[in-house]
Amino acid sequence: MSDSMQTLEKHTQSEYKYGWSSDIDMDMIPKGLNEDVVRLISSKKNEPEWLLAWRLEAFAKWKQMKEPDWAKLNIAPIDYQDIIYYAAPKKQKKLNSLDEADPELLRTFERLGIPLNERKVLAGVAVDAVIDSVSVTTTFKTKLAELGIIFCSFSEAVQEHPDLVRKYLGSVVPQNDNYFAALNSAVFSDGSFCYIPKGVRCPMELSTYFRINAANTGQFERTLIVAEDDSYVSYLEGCTAPMRDENQLHAAVVEIYAKDRAFVKYSTVQNWYPGDKDGKGGVYNFVTKRGLCSGYKSRISWTQVETGSAITWKYPSCVLKGNESMGEFYSIAVTNNHQQADTGTKMIHLGKNTRSTIISKGISAGFSHNTYRGLVKIGKRAANAHNYSECDSLLMGDRCGAHTFPYIEIENSSGKVEHEATTSKIGADQLFYCTQRGLSIEDAINLIVNGYCKEVFNELPMEFAVEAQKLLEISLEGSVG
Amino acid sequence: MLKIKDLKVSVEDTPILKGVNLEIKPGEVHAIMGPNGSGKSTLGFVLAGKDDYEVEGGSVEFLGQDLLELDADERAREGVFLGFQYPVEIPGVSNSNFLKMIINSIRKSRGQEELDAASMLRLLKEKIASLGMDLSMLKRSLNDGFSGGEKKRNEILQMAVLEPKLAILDETDSGLDIDALKVVSEGVNSMRSSDRSFLVITHYQRLLNYIVPDYVHVLIDGKIVMSGDKSLALELEERGYDWIKEQSSVTV
Repeated sequence: MSDSMQTLEKHTQSEYKYGWSSDIDMDMIPKGLNEDVVRLISSKKNEPEWLLAWRLEAFAKWKQMKEPDWAKLNIAPIDYQDIIYYAAPKKQKKLNSLDEADPELLRTFERLGIPLNERKVLAGVAVDAVIDSVSVTTTFKTKLAELGIIFCSFSEAVQEHPDLVRKYLGSVVPQNDNYFAALNSAVFSDGSFCYIPKGVRCPMELSTYFRINAANTGQFERTLIVAEDDSYVSYLEGCTAPMRDENQLHAAVVEIYAKDRAFVKYSTVQNWYPGDKDGKGGVYNFVTKRGLCSGYKSRISWTQVETGSAITWKYPSCVLKGNESMGEFYSIAVTNNHQQADTGTKMIHLGKNTRSTIISKGISAGFSHNTYRGLVKIGKRAANAHNYSECDSLLMGDRCGAHTFPYIEIENSSGKVEHEATTSKIGADQLFYCTQRGLSIEDAINLIVNGYCKEVFNELPMEFAVEAQKLLEISLEGSVG
Repeated sequence: MLKIKDLKVSVEDTPILKGVNLEIKPGEVHAIMGPNGSGKSTLGFVLAGKDDYEVEGGSVEFLGQDLLELDADERAREGVFLGFQYPVEIPGVSNSNFLKMIINSIRKSRGQEELDAASMLRLLKEKIASLGMDLSMLKRSLNDGFSGGEKKRNEILQMAVLEPKLAILDETDSGLDIDALKVVSEGVNSMRSSDRSFLVITHYQRLLNYIVPDYVHVLIDGKIVMSGDKSLALELEERGYDWIKEQSSVTV
């Protein structure tokens, strides 16, 4: 290995910054999963009968299903009976203000840098924070309510807006869509709910912050976003977890329903604990995200920066049902050390003149494997559909891997599908060029990587783009060669 | 300024430089000429601190410091600049961003303050105009999709803004038409001063009509076998290298 290779390696081997755990008083149920556990979760959340029935139906389906094994992932067997399916910070009583919250919890949020006490009013970010299973607080509720926007925890939505939840829950991701979606449907504990009424442009970024805190716990959150005709919302989720030796399961579901001319922009900065540098521990991130462009000119845009998790399995997708609807997917997936990612998207063109864009940037370092898997499907009635895909892979070092699996299914010949793919190595030549001009090796790597990711950063809301860039620097610290 | 003593360098166990001696004083312009594969570019890379070049023996002193002890970025901050024969492309990184970063990095190392946006723009505009380049190059990705001539001018632009003490120009003339060659040479000449030295590596005498060297050295098979003034370059142009090879093999 050359000197520059060793430097690259060193650069990407840094410590996980969010690896602490908090000592918060928790309400947990025993390990294991059966019908009674599903009932218990439902009753703890004081859910209506129909929702319990829905969960049980999902559980029954899940039991009939098998874990998918088609991904290019090496997953140690998961013992679903060894996981705690519900853990929540204990609440003595309903809190009137944040001042009454568990100080340890508040400290946790402070360390995460979440603006819970609305000090970021000017920044215009509304935050819903989910620790382990329960949504802790939602800021800016009143201000949003004036516009008719509902932004609250999923549990609250079940209580306050049961008709909306009942109408849209499972409408984009059916219970039995896949193994992990079925599991989530049975045991999901909380998440965020967001409703944008007709003609309303949400004036601030809506943001959810997820954190797994308790040990041996799975996190199964569910997010549902409904955007009525002519509405707009930009939504961001972030996530972190403590460092733990065992693998933690995270199986979330996100559903987006966009109607005529509605535009939903969904950005993710995913930084679950990736495991240590020998590949021990880390979060299994098995997530189903799908948006339905149900109406004329609906538009859904996914942007993701994936740096964390031991294993990532997710394909944020768009079903382009409405004529002239549009789907976008912008992704940066970074894997380092022994991380594995199998991620990409599905663009299902059903309506006429539908368009989709896929820009995927994979970065692999250390011993990691990074796979892009994407499906572009053009259905029979999707006349004049158009897809553009660009999948690039960047390798840092010579022991990592990058893989690209594009699937294209075309049933209507008037469509146009373009696909470009490149694989490049972060060159010793590029590094030398930059250092010869006086840049440190770290600055040089960050510069090159940021340049490579630029198209995707451009899609992120400004302040999150800055955060994402920093995250990328941290994830690759110690990795360059 | 620069003292190279008996420098021996190999790449993957193959000896390339086999005992190079060279001294460059402040303000001097030295040209290194030689046939393909004689080790000219290796000399440039070794001085600039590129990995993968194994120094087997000898020493390099730069302004009283052991140059070989420093990393590439430290050498750059000490004032060593290498104009690349093949400038590297970095997609997605804008030229202006790169120029700002390298200027501020060098300034910081000299204990100067970072340039504010307005002064930065003024500096860049001035230098770009003097090199006959288009301002739009600032917005383009670094060397990405640049023509050969644009890349070479971009190297000279970087040299102009970094104001190095020792500039090593590796085949800066290759790929340039005669007009571009003149512009680039003027760029170099305007920077000649009593405290800045140049090491110009070239195949052809043509460049040396424009950048007139104080000394010309002939590098053959990893050794400087002949040195002279600018007339040596003319003689090489006329007679080629074979006669020197014969002479030097006789002396060895």
